[in-house]
Amino acid sequence: MSGWKQWLARQRYLLDFTVAAMWRRRWRNLLLLLVYALVVFLLASVLFYGSALRRDAAAVLSEAPEVTVQRIVLGRHALSPPDWPDRLRGIRGTRQVQGRLWGYYYDRANGANYTIMVPSHFSPEHSLKPGEAIVGAAVKRLRDERGLGWLHLLSPADNRLLRLKIVRTLPAESELVSADLILVSEKDFRRFFHLKPEDGFTDITLRVRNRNEIDTVAAKISTLLPQARVITRRDILRTYENLFSWREGVVLAMLAAALAAFAIFAFDKASGLSAEERREIGVLKALGWDTRDVMAMKLWEGMLVSLLAFLFGVVAAWLHIYMFDAGVLVPVLKGWSVLYPQVALTPHVDALQLAALAFMTIVPFTAATLVPVWKAAITDPDVVMR
Amino acid sequence: MMQRSRLFQRRSTPVLLMLGAGMALLLAEIACSGLCFADRLHARQRTAQLVAQLGLSDIALFTEARYTRHPSQADLFTPFQDAPGSLEHFPSGSLLTPPPHIVPTTGRARQSPPSPSSNQPDNRE
Amino acid sequence: MIELRDVARIYNQGQPNEVAAVRGVSLKLPAGRACVIKGPSGSGKTTLLMLIACMARPTSGRVLLDGEVVSALPEHFMARERRHTFGFIFQRFNLIRGLSVMENIMLPAYPDGMPFGTLRNRARELLQRLQLTHRAQAPVEELSGGEAQRVAIARALINDPPWIIADEPTANLDSQLVLRLLEELAALKADGKSLIITSHDPRVFEADLVDMVVEMEDGRVVSVSER
Repeated sequence: MSGWKQWLARQRYLLDFTVAAMWRRRWRNLLLLLVYALVVFLLASVLFYGSALRRDAAAVLSEAPEVTVQRIVLGRHALSPPDWPDRLRGIRGTRQVQGRLWGYYYDRANGANYTIMVPSHFSPEHSLKPGEAIVGAAVKRLRDERGLGWLHLLSPADNRLLRLKIVRTLPAESELVSADLILVSEKDFRRFFHLKPEDGFTDITLRVRNRNEIDTVAAKISTLLPQARVITRRDILRTYENLFSWREGVVLAMLAAALAAFAIFAFDKASGLSAEERREIGVLKALGWDTRDVMAMKLWEGMLVSLLAFLFGVVAAWLHIYMFDAGVLVPVLKGWSVLYPQVALTPHVDALQLAALAFMTIVPFTAATLVPVWKAAITDPDVVMR
Repeated sequence: MMQRSRLFQRRSTPVLLMLGAGMALLLAEIACSGLCFADRLHARQRTAQLVAQLGLSDIALFTEARYTRHPSQADLFTPFQDAPGSLEHFPSGSLLTPPPHIVPTTGRARQSPPSPSSNQPDNRE
Repeated sequence: MIELRDVARIYNQGQPNEVAAVRGVSLKLPAGRACVIKGPSGSGKTTLLMLIACMARPTSGRVLLDGEVVSALPEHFMARERRHTFGFIFQRFNLIRGLSVMENIMLPAYPDGMPFGTLRNRARELLQRLQLTHRAQAPVEELSGGEAQRVAIARALINDPPWIIADEPTANLDSQLVLRLLEELAALKADGKSLIITSHDPRVFEADLVDMVVEMEDGRVVSVSER
C-alpha cells in the first residue's frame, strides 16, 4: 500500500472517531458551530459588502466630472459667481465648462432629504420644462407609498408650494447614485430656492481634454481663482476608497470584539479537558495510538467545527449580500436616512480576502482546541489513566 | 439487529458530504460571481453613463446629512453643523472618514506629487 | 520472551507525593505461557503490567522484548509495539462511550490506516468468534457486563498481537462470567498467544491454564512459582 493512501485512510479513521466522539455532545457542538458560523457570516458579509461597494462606486464614479470647482468662503462651501464659468473657459484644455445648480431639500412631510438638481445642458435627454420633474427611484417609492403622482415641495425660501409633475423616474438600477435625486428645470430651481441669476451657481464642473493635464488645469484654476477649491475625479475616487475601508474598520472592530469573546469561549471549552477526555486519551494511547494520532484526531475536531462554520458562514454571506441585497446590514448602514437606495451590488470574490478570512476563522479555533490536548497526548498512558 | 445504511456505515461519511457540499457551494458562488451577473455589470455601465450625463460626484448611500450624501464635495466644517462646539451626531457620520483631500494629514501623506486639489479649506481664506 | 532488568517506576519523582510503585524488579516471562502477577492492591501489579506492555517507561532499568531493549524506544515506536505486540484488556474494560461495538473493536487498528473493507472483515470475524455479531452496531453503553468483556477481548485481538495483557479482568464480574472469561483466555492460549494477567482473585491464579505465578508486594517480586 502506498504511503499517501495509508495516510488518507488513517485520517479518515481518525475523522470517524472524532465525529463519533463529538456526537456524544451533539447539541453543544451544533450550538458552537451555529454561533461560529454566525460570526463568520457577519464578518464575511461586512467584508463582501465593503469590497463590492468599493468596486461598484469606483466603477460608476469613474465617469464623475474630471474637475469640480467650488468657492470657499470662511472655510465653507459658497455659491460660485456667475462669471466663473466664462473665466474657466479661458484655461486651455478645458471643455464642457458649466455652472451647476444643486442643493439639498428636507421634506418636513416625511423627513426625507432630497438632492435637487438641474440636469446638465450636455445631457439633452434629461432636459425639462418648468413644472416637470425626473425623480430617483427611492423618491418614486416614497411617493407611491403616499399615492401621489405629483410632487409638492414647500419652498424653504417663501413657503410657496412648488407643484411638479413626475415625467420620468431614473432607472432603479442606478439607485446607488440617483436614489434621492429630483431633477427640475433651472427656472423652477431658481424660483424654489430664491436664487437669482446674479447669485451664480452651486459649483462649476468641467472636463479636461487630455487626462494627463488634469493636475495642470487644477493648478491653473487655483492660481486664477484663489477662492476656489478644486476637486478632481481622483479625489472623488479616493474618497470612496478610504470611506469604505474606514467603515469596515468600525464594524470589524466590533466583530473583532465578538470574535475575541468567542475565542475565549472556545478556549474555555477546549482547555477544560474533562477527566473523562483525559482518561479517553490515555485509553487510546494504551491501545496503540501515538501522540501524533491523538493530536491529528483533535486537529480534526477543531478543523471540522471551524471549516464547516467558515464554509456555511461565507456561503450564506455571499447569498446575503448578492442575492438578498444585504438585508441584515442595511438597517445598520441606513442610520436616520429616510431614503435608502436598493442596491444590487456586482458580485466579486477576492481570493486574498477569502484566504484571510479562512485563516482568521480556522487557525485560531483549531489551535484553541489543540493546545490543551497536547499535554495529555504526550504523557505516558499509565499516568493519564491513573 | 440495527443495520445502518451503507452510506452511513462510517461516521465520517455524512460529515465529509457536508464539507464537500459547502466547498461545492462556495466554488459555485465564486464561479457565479464572474459568470451569472452580466446584467449587473451592464447596469453598472449604464449607471456610469448616467453619472457622466448628470455630472454626479457621490453615491447616494447616506442621505441623512449633507456631508454623508456628498462626502467628496463637503468641507471640513459641515459635520459640526457650523457651530464651533457642536458634535457630529449622524449615525452614518461615524461610519465615514473625511475624504483625504480635505483632511491635511491623510490628504498630504497620500498625495504625490502635491496637487492643488489637496488645498485644505482653512488656508483658502 | 519479555525480560525486565532491575526495573523501577517512580511517580511524581522529587515531589512530596512521590510513590515508588515498582522497585528493582528483574523478571523473565517466556512466550507461549500464561503468567499471573498476583498481590494485594497497591503492590505494583498494574504498574508492572504497564512497563511490560510499553505503556510506561521505567524510571530506571530496562525492558527487553525478544532480546531488544524497548523501554528506550522513541514514543512513535513504543506506540507501534503497544499496537502490534500487545493486546490489552483493561480492568472495567475502558470501552469508548458513544462508539458502537464494531468501532470500539476497530480502534487499535486505526493508526495503521488499512483499507476499511479489510479491517471491517477482521472485526466481523472477531465478532462472530465472540458471539457478538448481533450487537455489532449497538452503542457500548447498552452492553451487559459479559458482552462488554467480550468486546474488550475482541478489541485486544484486532491487530492479532502475540501477547495478551489483562489487568484485573475478573474485578466486578460474577462467577459465571469469570468462568466464561477463563474459557476465552484458555482458547487464546491454545491459539498460541502469550498471556500476562494481574489478579488477586484465586479463581484466576489457581486456574488450570496458568503456568507461572509472580507474587508482588510493595513494588517488589517476592516469589516466582512455575507449574
